[in-house]
Amino acid sequence: MSQAYRIKDKGYINRKKLINFKFNGKNYTGFEGDTLASALLANGIHLIGRSFKYHRPRGFFAAGVDEPNAKLQVLLNGHSEPNVNATEIELVEGISATSQNCWPSVKFDIGAINNLLNKFFPAGFYYKTFMWPKSFWYRIYEPFIRKAAGLGVASIEKDKERYEHKFEYCDLLVTGSGPAGLSSAYAAAKSGAKVILAEDKHRFGGSLLTDDVSIDNLSGKDWADKIISELKEMPNVTIKNRSQVFGYYDHNMLVMFERVGDHLEKKSKFTPRQRLWYIRCKEVILSTGSIERPIVFGNNDTPGVMLASGAKEYMKVYGVLVGTKPLIFTNNDSAYETAIEFKNNGVDPLVIDSREEQNSELVNEAKNKGIKIKFNHAVIKANGYKKVNSALIGELNENKSEYKNTNIVECDCICVSGFWTPSVHLASQSGNKLKFKKEIDAFIPDKSKQNEVTVGAANGDFTLGSTLNAGFKAGTAASKKINNKEIDIQVPNVNEKNHKAHDKFWCSPLPKNIKAKRFVDFQNDVSVTDIEIALREGYRSIEHVKRYTTLGMATDQGRTSNLNGLQLVSNIENKIVPEVGHTTFRPPFTPVTIGTIVGREVGKHFMPTRLTPMHEWHEKNNAIFVDAGAWKRPRYYKIGNETMLEAAKREAKNVREKVGICDVTTLGKIDVKGPDAAEFLNRVYTNAWMKLPVGKARYGVMLREDGMVMDDGTTTRISENHYHMTTTTAQAANVLSHLEYYLQIVWPDLNVNVVSTTEQWAGAALAGPKSREVLAKLFPNIDVSNETLPFMGYKEADLFGVPAKIFRISFSGELAYEINVQSDHGMFMWEKMMEIGKEFGIQPYGTEALSTLRIEMGHVAGPELDGRTIPYDVSLDGMVSKKKDFIGKRSLTKSAFTQSDRQKIVGLIPTDRKTSIPEGSHLVEDKNAKLPNPKLGHVSSSCWSVENNNPFSLAILKNGKNMIGKKLFAVSPLKNKSIEVEVISSHYVDHEGKRVRS
Amino acid sequence: MLYIKCPFCGMRSQNEFAYGGDASVKRPELNKEISNNEWDDFVYNRKSLRGKHIELWHHVSGCRQWFKVQRDTATHEIFKTAKMDEQI
Ligand SMILES: [Zn+2]
Repeated sequence: MSQAYRIKDKGYINRKKLINFKFNGKNYTGFEGDTLASALLANGIHLIGRSFKYHRPRGFFAAGVDEPNAKLQVLLNGHSEPNVNATEIELVEGISATSQNCWPSVKFDIGAINNLLNKFFPAGFYYKTFMWPKSFWYRIYEPFIRKAAGLGVASIEKDKERYEHKFEYCDLLVTGSGPAGLSSAYAAAKSGAKVILAEDKHRFGGSLLTDDVSIDNLSGKDWADKIISELKEMPNVTIKNRSQVFGYYDHNMLVMFERVGDHLEKKSKFTPRQRLWYIRCKEVILSTGSIERPIVFGNNDTPGVMLASGAKEYMKVYGVLVGTKPLIFTNNDSAYETAIEFKNNGVDPLVIDSREEQNSELVNEAKNKGIKIKFNHAVIKANGYKKVNSALIGELNENKSEYKNTNIVECDCICVSGFWTPSVHLASQSGNKLKFKKEIDAFIPDKSKQNEVTVGAANGDFTLGSTLNAGFKAGTAASKKINNKEIDIQVPNVNEKNHKAHDKFWCSPLPKNIKAKRFVDFQNDVSVTDIEIALREGYRSIEHVKRYTTLGMATDQGRTSNLNGLQLVSNIENKIVPEVGHTTFRPPFTPVTIGTIVGREVGKHFMPTRLTPMHEWHEKNNAIFVDAGAWKRPRYYKIGNETMLEAAKREAKNVREKVGICDVTTLGKIDVKGPDAAEFLNRVYTNAWMKLPVGKARYGVMLREDGMVMDDGTTTRISENHYHMTTTTAQAANVLSHLEYYLQIVWPDLNVNVVSTTEQWAGAALAGPKSREVLAKLFPNIDVSNETLPFMGYKEADLFGVPAKIFRISFSGELAYEINVQSDHGMFMWEKMMEIGKEFGIQPYGTEALSTLRIEMGHVAGPELDGRTIPYDVSLDGMVSKKKDFIGKRSLTKSAFTQSDRQKIVGLIPTDRKTSIPEGSHLVEDKNAKLPNPKLGHVSSSCWSVENNNPFSLAILKNGKNMIGKKLFAVSPLKNKSIEVEVISSHYVDHEGKRVRS
Repeated sequence: MLYIKCPFCGMRSQNEFAYGGDASVKRPELNKEISNNEWDDFVYNRKSLRGKHIELWHHVSGCRQWFKVQRDTATHEIFKTAKMDEQI
């Protein structure tokens, strides 16, 4: 029968809406408002997966984020996701879930043999076993670990879902909508403060949904509903359910993960699946509640064993019975509510209480209802493999270390409660050092580190009355801090039952003749024995014990295991828990999908794309683009079936023989203005700038203070106090910051301003022996002769109605000009140049040809100026002024920089004149030398020289000056190549630099 | 993510800024004869202080001004920010 364990008319699910879903290939039904966990339990499914290390059968242990076992592979809308917590995911039509950690099936799992071989899997197993020999790693250890330890399977499909990021600012963020959160948010909101209230579950109310209390004569849930509906009316309040605040960072920045679309059957194209919120707030109230702690006993991981609070939530919220023959095992009063709820639903529980006879309000109510209770008893171990079928219980002796007698009781579930642990994770993340509160045997937040206050159960306050009080107080305190308003809130009348003290009974002793594993950490399969071994082997610090045993290191962050682990260590070590200390909590509190972290920054949105004004033209003319930072630059223009090398050769040849045009818009451009501009440039560049006349350009090299070349480019004096500086495309942003640093910090007395003008100007290089003829036709009104516009000259002119700047500068080593017009005229300029250049054989050229041209000329660029070369290394000696001081000059006098055998730029050609030399190859003397083969240098740039029709490379070579004429080997283990090369001058073409001046 | 008060723009998130190191470092004057050690102290040698520290930040995605921040390197607490010509 379907949903046989559903209680009639109980819970907050919508019974009118039936939902179909699949688990391990079988069809089931549930209701709207179910989680995957509650729906499976309604169908009597407890066996949900296999454990991580021993592959033991596991079932649901909790009803929320504390669940350590129920991690499923979930397929929804064609998207498969591993490690989804079944207790957190809402049931939607068509969802299909499968068990993890089991092969071939959850009911028959080969890996379960690990359970029988468990003595081979003790604490530190991974450290001890997979150690030697190294070669075993690849073939044996790693495949084994991967297969044995695999959790779910990550999808290799592209994630089609949409994820978003949102930045929000508020006065107060309240994390959790239980009684503490609701009262805090309500009080603060009344003052007009901008409040965000976040609840990780789909329903608001937290413990009010399940606890047997009343507030102002309303049930807990009705009161929560009333407060929520009031808050919803307030314009200054944002209420978010399905939203987990998972990280608390510096300066009150919290990060929240919202499940926006996961529960929707149909969502619009633009509805994100999940959303990440960055919330910067003035104040934070942490009302994260508490999590029930289990008592450790034998085989406590058997399906059917779960937290008493979980069992109660399944009954009260989802109308699901987790068993019909329940055993309740407790050391405190709260589990009696679970027992009473079972009884109210017609099921007879048996309560096993480790304490002596109790007469508290709750216990008496249970007694009055006829519930059977065994005081001074403990569950020793659970029996049953895939499901609990009975339990061995025992009557405890005086000091609770042994049993007076034992017997077996039949049961189909064991609901366990070892008291409550405040959820202090966010407080701890904020930097709050925790303190141990003896009365509850748990840690609570200590002094606030940031603007955070912890209220309610999270602060170790387990009674409703005082929680509400503290909540209203915290809310009004926040409103006073934020708005300086005193709010008077009437604290409501609360009706709750008094709880008597819990018992410090955390782990059932095992009689000598009984063998059973007692698990502390379910998700990572860490047992009591593992912790004992770690301590026996000498691990003392709790941080070390944690890492050695992996206790608390799974994705559940040890929510149900940390304190029991600490308690065990403290018992064995004969210390009190605060002496043992606690491990540090780190974000995220719950696992977050990678998609959410990435948000919209995927595909073309990964980073902004910068396009030049001529981009469309390049596209239309078959340009193949290359990324240069964020820019797209034409790499080459493909004609027919050309390869890149063929195209680059053709384009470069055309520049050498006729004329070419290249889009140089991407070069960094900086305006340098002010009366002290010349003095400033003189300090920034290595060469002299004081005497550059107006209308002239000069090549400049700038260093960092450590003497390394930072960037190079030409700067032109446009007018008396105005210079136009160019930088390389890659360094544009760094150079601007560098200049601002010196102007604002080091030399504030200089009257100079700098501003980036990169995007204001479109640039085109016109290069080749025929470029002057093209230029003459482009600017018929001016004289472009070598005399009036010489090398390094500058002119402003009219380009058919568009103001243009002409710089006679050259990167290609040919007679060349760079023309700049305002960006919106870039396309006009380009098309005009193509049109007029046609009769001279003009062709566009891309960065491949551009590189070819500069490499064979021996002009340095990024690969040579890689931050590890000083000017002398790259033959820029002539650029270094002997007379004046400049940034980085003092470093050049250091002994390492002045040695005669220092590295130097050289040229290389393969001795066979055919084989291209891969960039990045290492230069060595003997290609067969024993490793590590001494490296003499590296190949920085390579091209196919169009001038000499053979490969040519630039290299940075130790003692390069004296190596000309030598033969070396360029080895590239990456490309598996080793090429004999001859060392020659780096200036392969036009040694004297005649062409640029022609 | 830190929350930093640019003296020109006001409170902004850290991702708008670039870090610029110790603000107490003074560049040696131009043309001044100094020893290798003094130069190395300026270029390379920095103390990695725990505690209060005055450092430079650059509002690169904002007003592009460099300014001073007094921050605790251990707790990230920011005590004060100031323009370059102001004292902290
Ligand atoms: Zn600013």
